[in-house]
Amino acid sequence: MGEMRVLSPTAILGYGFPLDSFKEGMKRKPHAIAVDAGSTDPGPYYLGAGVPFTDRNSVKRDLEILLEAAVANGIPLLIGSAGGSGGEPHLKRDTELVREIAAAKGLHFRLALIHAEIDREKVKAALGTGKITPLGPVPLLTEEDIDQSVRIVGQMGIEPLVGALEAGAQVVLAGRAYDPSVFAAPLVRQGYRPGPAIHLGKILECGAIAATPGSGSDCLLGTIGAGYFEVEPLNPMRRCTVTSVAAHTLYEKSDPLYLPLPGGCLELKNAEFEQAAEGRVRVTGSKLIPSQKYSVKLEGVKKAGFRAVTIAGCRDPVMIKEIDLVVETVRERVKDNFASAAYKYLLDFKFYGKNGVMGLLEPERSIVPHELGIIIEAVGESQAIADTICGFARSTMLHCSYPGRVATAGNLAFPYSPSDFKGGEVYRFNIYHLMEVNDPFELFPLEIFNI
Amino acid sequence: MKKVKITELAEVIRSKNSGPYELTLDIIFKNRKFFKLARHSGIFRKELYARLYNISVEQVLDLVEFEQANAIKATIVRPVVSGGQGETDVYGAQQHAPLLSIEVPIVT
Repeated sequence: MGEMRVLSPTAILGYGFPLDSFKEGMKRKPHAIAVDAGSTDPGPYYLGAGVPFTDRNSVKRDLEILLEAAVANGIPLLIGSAGGSGGEPHLKRDTELVREIAAAKGLHFRLALIHAEIDREKVKAALGTGKITPLGPVPLLTEEDIDQSVRIVGQMGIEPLVGALEAGAQVVLAGRAYDPSVFAAPLVRQGYRPGPAIHLGKILECGAIAATPGSGSDCLLGTIGAGYFEVEPLNPMRRCTVTSVAAHTLYEKSDPLYLPLPGGCLELKNAEFEQAAEGRVRVTGSKLIPSQKYSVKLEGVKKAGFRAVTIAGCRDPVMIKEIDLVVETVRERVKDNFASAAYKYLLDFKFYGKNGVMGLLEPERSIVPHELGIIIEAVGESQAIADTICGFARSTMLHCSYPGRVATAGNLAFPYSPSDFKGGEVYRFNIYHLMEVNDPFELFPLEIFNI
Repeated sequence: MKKVKITELAEVIRSKNSGPYELTLDIIFKNRKFFKLARHSGIFRKELYARLYNISVEQVLDLVEFEQANAIKATIVRPVVSGGQGETDVYGAQQHAPLLSIEVPIVT
């Protein structure tokens, strides 16, 4: 068995990459290009609203280069977690872009779409037969959670992606996928062991973040052989070092020695990292331990209303000293003023300079700042209610009194007019569970098109 | 007993979401020697993280050493599910500062 190379152009499709790095990568004759396009990091909004967190023009720029290179070299291009969250509207956005680019550039290929949005009834049926378990510090799933969820996606493993390649696809656009899957699938299909292939995928999925200096918008090349894999950057300003690569194995995971994934666990307790050459790191000893039952991670969100925010500042030392009292005064006034309307809302305040970044986790509580950044946030059942509560809290806070007040003209400095902003729909994660399935394909239907 | 600032021993000190419900805290030491020094000090226990973040020991879910990366990693329950009511840091990337105050006793 010879070597096989996979090119990872960037950490997230749409985050960009220098053309020179990519060209250098293509010179190494990769056998596949793969890129991850998603994450839950940007929070629940994007999955719920069906909106990609990556900008259309930025994704189009990356996709144009990748599609042209894949077609010109006759190699597969795999994209995982299309549109950021990997639900139907997200997959649709990226499919439209692929079609648009292909039409404009006269590119022809076999396109596979793998869907990852999961029907509520299927989840309910699985719940009924005890096949759903919480993932980490998450409450037990209820029927009500499933009813309230606006969208549920499942993270596919490598199998549906291998299936798409087996079906002759050159370009694979997958919905929500376990991040390393798109990198590992072409390797596993050629007979490489899934342990090293998935571990390689885990490092490649963030592009050059695993190099030093790290970057989420640059390329990384992976090479796999019998019993090892290697990674190297393609930009002369970066190096892969044992530390940078081993450190990336820790990234965003709870236990780096034992990484759960669809259908098993990646065991890295015997993994060894060594400097194979200047800038290139070789990894051996990564092992996949298949699980008895195959489980898929589900992600779902529910709607929580609509948001409005006001941004302001305060430079008055007396007001800063009395800020907790001011907040209580404003809360009371808002409640009293709309008592008869019986609006349902949440009113929250953030004070930058005073636990604004760490909230409850902040250990430093004694420093008195000379100024405060203030965000007033209202979440209501409708945008109108959110606007009302936010606006009323703002005007009340601007002119309310507090002990020792000397600045009687106004309590807040607004950087903008208008001072209030509509934040739109608000979502909350309410499903983050494992669902046991009979086979790795059943939740992820495949469609093939000739473009 | 001599104490060394963590910033002199570590080259990476960071926080990040590990999914929407957990926050993971990495300390990556400059070399194997510093990593072993830190491990040998015995201070890297769940209690340390509970104290630094003002949480109960039960909320420190995991504490793992990853020698290959010269790293010590702790994972805690997010105070708010990512993007939930009262959220201050959706990505969880700015929750590392309390770690910067750690001082490692040099046990000889």
